[in-house]
Amino acid sequence: MEPLQLEGSPKTPHVHFDPVTGLLELKGRSIPENSIDFYKPLIDWIEKYSRTPNPKTALHVQLEYFNTSSSKCILDVFKRLEPIRSAGNEVTVLWHYEADDEDMLEAGEDYSGIINIPFKMIQIAEVNGD
Amino acid sequence: MSDLLERIHDLYDELEKHRVMLSFKGGLSPDLITVLLNLVERKLDGMEPDAKSRKRVFNVVVECLQNLYHHNAHLRAASDGVESTAEPHGVVMIARTDTGYSVLTGNFMHGGDVDHLKNHLDRINALDTDALREWYRAKLADGKYSEAGGGGLGMIDIARRSGGKLGYAFVPYDKDSAFFSLNVNVNT
Repeated sequence: MEPLQLEGSPKTPHVHFDPVTGLLELKGRSIPENSIDFYKPLIDWIEKYSRTPNPKTALHVQLEYFNTSSSKCILDVFKRLEPIRSAGNEVTVLWHYEADDEDMLEAGEDYSGIINIPFKMIQIAEVNGD
Repeated sequence: MSDLLERIHDLYDELEKHRVMLSFKGGLSPDLITVLLNLVERKLDGMEPDAKSRKRVFNVVVECLQNLYHHNAHLRAASDGVESTAEPHGVVMIARTDTGYSVLTGNFMHGGDVDHLKNHLDRINALDTDALREWYRAKLADGKYSEAGGGGLGMIDIARRSGGKLGYAFVPYDKDSAFFSLNVNVNT
């Protein structure tokens, strides 16, 4: 299975999903007008990955901004990870937020309350969105 | 001509007096929204020292511009009422206030949707911060997508980040259309 690699843009995050290491990264900003189009390949990739997953999967989410149009899609990404965990694999979401950004911390807590996957909140100095 | 020259000076005075950071009226495309957002971000970097406030204002501007883009009747004012536009059409103004920033937007919408939007805004304005968070979380979890993809989270998110009540007005134009104005004060 091929890794999924997308360059970041002013409105979309950098994506790097590696099937060999089980390391999935979503970094930057996610504020496109049409989030469903952007997230479809990510969700398709995870669905395929979930058939032969790595015993350990870590999804790093390090977003400076995301719009409400992205928020449902991000939830869908998390939901696609749940079956991997129920099949007995280790799955973690590492939710990075800037020290002063309590809104982003709250957003992570909201997802963690909805999704049946352990979340780790990681405070960082500053997200480099460029 | 001198009339026009006077008017541009009046416009400058008005914008200065109201501490306007950005104002735009016209057709909106995703590319244009990117440009406007870039401009807002650069201005905020230069004038708002508090990172949390900068982010809240930017987030509200993103949601407001995308609301303009998605929930739009594709109409503009014309001499005899309204006329159709190819792109979504609207107006946006962002200004400094004594308590923070004001994000104002306006656009035409279908007259039949006014009651629904008004009820939604009134319901939001009746809730406190904790209740808004609860509602947001419940709507996020329900797994439903709205037409614009946001699942109806936009206005709730705007209200949460603003920390105040949403100001709004509807001006009926003809039987099918109304002009919707929204004022979001982000207190910093």
